[in-house]
This record gives sequence, structure tokens and C-alpha cells, in this order.
Amino acid sequence: MSIEKKGFRHLREGSYPLTRVVGTSVSKVDGYALVTGAPMYADDIAARDFPQRLHGKILTSPIAHGIITAIDTSAAEALPGVHLVLTWKNTPRTFFTTAGQGWPEPSPYDNQMFTERVRFVGDRVAAVFADSSEVADEAVKLIKVTFKEEPAVLSAEDAIRAGAPVVHPESSKGAYDAAHNIAAHVDVNIGDVDKALAESEVSVSETFETHYVQHTPMETHTAFAYMDDMGKLVIVSSTQVPWHSRRIVSRVLGIPMSRLRVIKPRIGGGYGCKQEILIDDLVAYGVIKTGLPCEVELTRREEFVSSRTRHPMKVDMSIGSDAQGNFKALKMHVLSNTGAYGSHSLTVMSNTGSKTLPLYNKARDVRFFGDAVYTNLPVAGAYRGYGATQGYAALETTIDDLAAKLNMDPIELRKKNMIRVGEGSPIFEALGEGREGVAQTIKSSSLPELLDLGAEAIGWKEKRGKRVRVGHKVRGVGMSMHMQGSGIPLIDMASASIKLNEDGTYFLTMGATDIGTGSDTILSQMAAEVLGVTADKISALSSDTDLTPFDVGAYASSTTFVSGGAVIKAAKAVRNQIFAVAAEIFGEELDASLVSAEPKVEHDDSERDPILSFYYMEDGNVVSVRSGKKVSVSEVAYRAFYEVNQHQIAATQSFVSPHSPPPFAAHFVEIELDELTGKIKILKYVAAVDCGVSVNPDLVRGQILGALANGIGFALTEEYHFGSHGNMTNSSLFDYKILSRRDMPPTEVIVVDSYEPTGPLGVKSVAEININGPVPAIGNAIFDATGIRLHKSPYTPEKVLAALHGKSI
Amino acid sequence: MTIKIVINSVQRTFDVQPDEVLLDVLRREGYLEVKGSCHAGDCGACTILLDGRPVASCLTLAAKADGHSLTTVRGIGDQAHPNVIQDAFVKNGAVQCGYCIPGAIVSAKALLDENINPTEDEIRLAMDSNYCRCTGYEQQLEAVLSAAEQLREDGTGKVSKK
Repeated sequence: MSIEKKGFRHLREGSYPLTRVVGTSVSKVDGYALVTGAPMYADDIAARDFPQRLHGKILTSPIAHGIITAIDTSAAEALPGVHLVLTWKNTPRTFFTTAGQGWPEPSPYDNQMFTERVRFVGDRVAAVFADSSEVADEAVKLIKVTFKEEPAVLSAEDAIRAGAPVVHPESSKGAYDAAHNIAAHVDVNIGDVDKALAESEVSVSETFETHYVQHTPMETHTAFAYMDDMGKLVIVSSTQVPWHSRRIVSRVLGIPMSRLRVIKPRIGGGYGCKQEILIDDLVAYGVIKTGLPCEVELTRREEFVSSRTRHPMKVDMSIGSDAQGNFKALKMHVLSNTGAYGSHSLTVMSNTGSKTLPLYNKARDVRFFGDAVYTNLPVAGAYRGYGATQGYAALETTIDDLAAKLNMDPIELRKKNMIRVGEGSPIFEALGEGREGVAQTIKSSSLPELLDLGAEAIGWKEKRGKRVRVGHKVRGVGMSMHMQGSGIPLIDMASASIKLNEDGTYFLTMGATDIGTGSDTILSQMAAEVLGVTADKISALSSDTDLTPFDVGAYASSTTFVSGGAVIKAAKAVRNQIFAVAAEIFGEELDASLVSAEPKVEHDDSERDPILSFYYMEDGNVVSVRSGKKVSVSEVAYRAFYEVNQHQIAATQSFVSPHSPPPFAAHFVEIELDELTGKIKILKYVAAVDCGVSVNPDLVRGQILGALANGIGFALTEEYHFGSHGNMTNSSLFDYKILSRRDMPPTEVIVVDSYEPTGPLGVKSVAEININGPVPAIGNAIFDATGIRLHKSPYTPEKVLAALHGKSI
Repeated sequence: MTIKIVINSVQRTFDVQPDEVLLDVLRREGYLEVKGSCHAGDCGACTILLDGRPVASCLTLAAKADGHSLTTVRGIGDQAHPNVIQDAFVKNGAVQCGYCIPGAIVSAKALLDENINPTEDEIRLAMDSNYCRCTGYEQQLEAVLSAAEQLREDGTGKVSKK
């Protein structure tokens, strides 16, 4: 099977089991609701169901660092319409992390609901709940705060200088060395990298610096809470992590989980920033104190200034090789700026090495080490790519420099050193997410094909090194290569339940958190595949801590692989129960141990699911292999529910995997650089991607294109500008430039499926990987066009011009 | 002050403040298909049609709409009877989180009302003010091209779902 149309090719590598629903671009289950604007986002539901709710507004710090010496809320409290003013004086003082991650939490407990010590411009000082947003805004202005300003740390380099001001002089449990502003530290050493570098025939060392950017979801962080009629506190939140939200809010506010429910409605985009508990605690506490429904919706400015960003990093990269280009040593050092709080500081930095260095597994001596440091700047957190993006910026540009030094084609150099099927890397085992990792062997990869097809699509051979010139514009081509993961091995767990309805349709509930990715759709497809029905026979409900089973949430490119595994297991368990009833109807023997056996996710050609030797599903029927008899699943359901040996046909299953198979990508770009203005125009961008089996090719393509648009913005236009005291000066979508339609370059997406045997139905992941390409690929194209290497993102016209004129930037 | 507006072909009367913008009035009155995002005219999420022309409802004073006619994405089509543009968005995989979609579809409608044979560049220009952070725009472009093609074949723009 293959799809070919303008801008999109979908091919398959190898042969694997035939599927009917998986591999087809069925429409999104929420598609028609979304295109008609159904009221399904948090603020829509709040407005519809709780028109009389209170509206919360937050007072944030105007200074980068200091102590609140006095805070007077009396005027705000006296304003008619104000119900509640919260500060550090009247809220729980529990230290916690806002990072919505697994347990035990790998990020330091350095945050409180409200703080006496403000640590960045945008830090939370107070909040007001009032009858309207306007009154709340007015009340916020009436709060009088006196600050004693202290010296601020405004860069990562300054944070680790001797005598630097300390960002967290108080508690910051879990931070590596708060007294020296070090939130997290990693050092993984395999062999003797310095010796290997010294002995290498050729070596290159470069430093690459990435910058502050924000996810800019179209829906800002929005949450509301209310007390239901039974006295349970319900939070409806635009979250990627409903279970982590419940766990954190429960701990911070001291509410038992039995009295707390978190519901995820439709989400207007996340990309990582909603893997963070930023307002759920506030709306919940507002309800506790007032008894009234409370809502907080961050403004666009707050989304930029006070929510979360991508960790800016300075990455030192050294590669040693022999004269033929065989890698001997890889050394990566990271200085990561986590901002005022250590959210995801350890794990993002870990990924900078763990999701990049194994791609080049031929090097024997490898070291990855670094520090994530506190500064008095906006807080970093999870952002699509999760540290790998920053790592690849350095790794993939340095490899290009090495290729130039070796006078080798960059693609050939990569082919010589890249990880292949059947191979592992010591990094997999040595470095996980903030702790030791899990050994991995690559079982699927179409990376060699991706490199060839991508090179052909961009015209690599004809264009590379040609520097075609049109007046004052010069062209160049560049490429980069990437891997990511599919969930966090042995940590990420997902679960799903499936119930059969009498008419042969099914109800699928799962913790998997659809934040716009389409996971409700593709997981329905996966269930339908096993159950032998079309996807519209599955009704999906996801992410309600009371009504659906557990899932860690939407992050780490885990949903298709990990949550998909849970769905496949639940579907197989339900299918087996259906087979048992069908056997009764047919009067045939079926070994009960086959029905109750733990369903398998992994695919093994030599070991077919034994129950399929007796029965199989086809178009809503059970067919007996032995007798050829057929019965509809609906008839099975009626019998089981109402007639004989009555019982419910339903199953709950969970999945956790020791595997996190990497998806692969090869990116190619052709640019035209204007030497008069420094402006870079992308003539064509090619992304060749192996995400395992594409469950829904249209949605796969959408994930790739969306990541490219975001990644190209990161490479060229998106950037925080700061004033002299760490204040962001461009906190609007007017001044912070994300790609619009006319900015989007012509693209060609080439998907070459491989079959991943450890995953459900051969899948891997696709969500994050493609944001990693644009910075290094475009940087390498600039190098091809000009011979100039830019070491800082983004590649703005100012930087390009300065470099062309030989100025340092 | 009292204003009279025709919204999605229905005459409505609202009491509004002189400084209130249409986005806030519409959402307060239950037109929750109009989504707010930047509240500054930068992103296009809240786009509606004012007398057939796309406007940012977050920047348009409600008072200014007095005596005029508005169309929201629900006025273009509903789930049972989606418009050809809405249908094409779903079928082309052009929707991810969906938050920008009501505004994007309204802009596409304004374009196709004037030109049922737009070029790719004309579509990009007409919808350029509608930011989308999920999709990278390509499949939305293909959706509008596909909708335009269907409109040329059958000018009603209506789709019956199954």
C-alpha cells in the first residue's frame, strides 16, 4: 500500500500483517464537532454550565528577584464583587513541582502556590476571584506590594559564577545544589572520552546556543473548578496530564483523591506547556474558600511571561573520528537555563543526550554531562522535542563541520555512523529520564531509505556545494538526522477499558489524553482493528480521573505506543470473551486458559495468537475456524447480557513496556539567502520519517507538518526579547512571530513505515521528532550557501548579516 | 445601550456596554463557537463575518455591529448539515486541536463566497491572519481547494452527512 500526492508520499518498508482499519485515514472522531465550533473547551463549558462563576486574575511580579516586605490586600478585598484575595499569607505553603511527571517526581520541590520571594518577572504574587474578569483585574491593581529588590541572575553563565545571587536560598528539595543555583546535574561517562578525542585523527569541537521560545497554544491555559452536588471538587482543565494534576493538587491542598476529580475536555493545543500544573491549584483553592465555581484563563501575555518555555541551552559538542570518518568519541556538555524554577530541569537535560547520542552508536567513548541552572528568568518546562531539539542543534551542525573537515558528504558520514537494526547503544542503558535508562536494541528502522529518498527529493547531488547565485541571493542545501523515543520505558503506564454494547458496538474508555493530536481517533482505530469492526463502531471517552482508567498523560511521544498497547490488550481480552460465548453458541470446545490468557502486544511471526486458530473476528461477526459457523457479535452480546450464563463482556488492561523504539527522521532543506538583507527564504523543506506503522496517514502527516512549522519558527523568527531586568518585551503574538500561512514554505513529507515488533500493531511515535530538524538543517544549508557557521539560534537577518560581515554575534 | 443584530439569520437584541467587543458579547450570549485567544487581533481565532466580511470579533465594538448581520461558524453549517468547507476540513485531516478552526473556516467562507476558483496563493492570503499552531497549514489549504472544487460542481455548499 502506498499513497502519493503532491507534498506527501506514504510508503512501506518490508512486509507485515494485513490491517483493515489501521493504516487508513479515517476522519477524526471529534472532527465535525470541532469544525462547527461545539462548546467543548474548558472556557466554553464553564461559560455554558456556570455563567455565575467567579473569574480569577493573577498579580505577577514586576521585578526579577526580591522579597515582598509588605502586601496590603484590603483595598482589593473591599472592592464590590471581589470574593477572595489569595497570597502566600492565606494559602498552603507546601513545596511542590509544577511539572506533571511520573512518581517519584524527578523535578525539585521548589515552588509554592504563592511566594514571599519573587524569582522572575511574572512570578505569582497574589490572585483575586471576583464576579467578573473586569472587577478581578481592577482588584489586582489595588493590591499594594512593597518589594525589597535583590540582585538578579539574568543568564545561565552568571548563575554559576562564584558569588552569584542565589535564586533559591530557601527550600528546594530535590535540587542538585541550590546554594550554587544548580537545579540538576548529569554526568554519564562511557570509556575515556578525552583520551579518545586526543587520539582521534580528526576532531571538531563546537558550541551551539539555543534561545527562549514558547509553545503558543491557541487556547491559553484555562481551568475551572466547582463542587458537585455530592461535595466532590471537580477540576476541568486544559491539561495534558489529568492524573498528575489530581495527584499534585491533592498533595498541595490536602484533598483526598476520593474527593477530587480532574476532567480533560477538548484541549486547544499543548505541545508540552500543559504538562504543567499552573492554575489547577488556584481554581481548586478558590472553590474551597468561596464555595463557588471558579475559573482562571491565562491571558496571552501571561502565557508568554508566566507559563513555561523551552530550556535555552548552551551545548558544547566534540566529535572525534578516524580519517575515514568512523566516529571514535562523542562528548556533549550542556548548560541548561531552567529559569526561576526547576520544572523538568533534570529530565529535559537528560533527553538532550539520551535522545541524540545513541543515533551515532559507533563511537566507543562517550560522555554526556551538564548542569541545569536556576536564573531569574521565565521558567522552562516540557516542550515538544524535550531537550533533544537543543541537543540536535549542536550535534547535527557539528557533524556537518566534521564532514567539511573530512571533505566527506554529510549524508555518507552519517550513514557510516548511524545506528541500524539489531544494534544498541550503551547510552540507552546509562541514561534515562533523570535516572538510569533501559537497554534497547533497534528492531525497526527505515532510516537508510529516508536518507536516500530525502536526498533525492531535495536534489542533494545536483545542489550541494553549488552555491547557485541569483543576483545578491545565494542558495544552499542542508540536512540533518534524528531519532526520539516512544514513551519512557518501564515508567510510562497506560490503561484502557472496553465494554461491548448489545448492538455489537463498543465503548472505549482510556486515560490517554487527546490534546488535539487525534489520539481518540487512532486508538479507536486500533481497537476496531482487533475487534473486526470499522472505527465508527467504537465510541471513545478519554481522560476523566473518575470515569476512565489511569494513564500518565500526553507526553514523551507515548500515546500511540504505550496507550495503544493498553487499548490493544483490552480489545484482545474483550474479543476472547466474545469468542467464549460464541463457542457456547456453536457448541464447540474452547480452552478457558486461552480466553483468560494475558493478551500480548508484541508481534512475533513464529508465535501466532493461539486463540486465532479457533475463532476470528470479521465484519462484526465471530467465525469458527473449525466449523466455518458464524454468529454476529450482537447476538453474542444479547445472549451474554440477558439469556444464558449472564455476564458483562468487558475488560480493563494496562501496558508498560521495557521498549521505547525510536522513530527516525531525515530532514532536507533548500534555502535562498539574501546577502543584502540577511533574510533566509526556505525554497523547499523535505521531512522523511519512519514512525513505525502509520495508524492514520493524514494525522501522521499533520503531526509532521505541525512540528515543522513550529520548528521553522524556532529556527528563524520566534524569540523572547528581554529588557534590562529580565522582563520579556515582546509578549504578544504581534511581536513574537510564529509562522503564518504565507510563511510556510513548500514541504514534502515522505513517510516510510517500518514494522516495530515490540509495539501494538507495529507502531512507534511521531509527535515530537520532527521539531528537531529545522535548526540544524537550515544552519547546515546556510553553511552550504556561504561557508559560514552560525552558532546561535534563531537565524535572524541581523545575525546572518553580522556573520556575513565577519562580526561576532 | 441596546443593539439589534442579525446573527446567523436570527434577529437578536442585546444590552451592551459601549466599550464591549463583539467576542465578549457573543460568548456571553451563548455563541460559544466563537473562540477567544489573543484578544488583540493578532491570531484570527475569533474571526466572524460582519455583513459577509471577516473581522476579528475581539477588536470590533459590539455597538458598531448594531443594525448589521453576523455569521459565525455555526451559521455556516452544523454537525448534521456541515458546509462543504467544514466537511473538507474533516476529510482532509486539516483539524488537530480545533481551536483555530472556527475562525479559519469563516475566513475560507468569505473567500469562497467571492471566488470559487481561488489559487493557492489567494487562499493563503485570505486566511493568513488565522494562525494555527498544530497543522502547518498544508492540509487546510488542500481542504479549501477541495471545497472550492466541490462548489464549482454543485454551488449549494451543503453536505448531507451520510
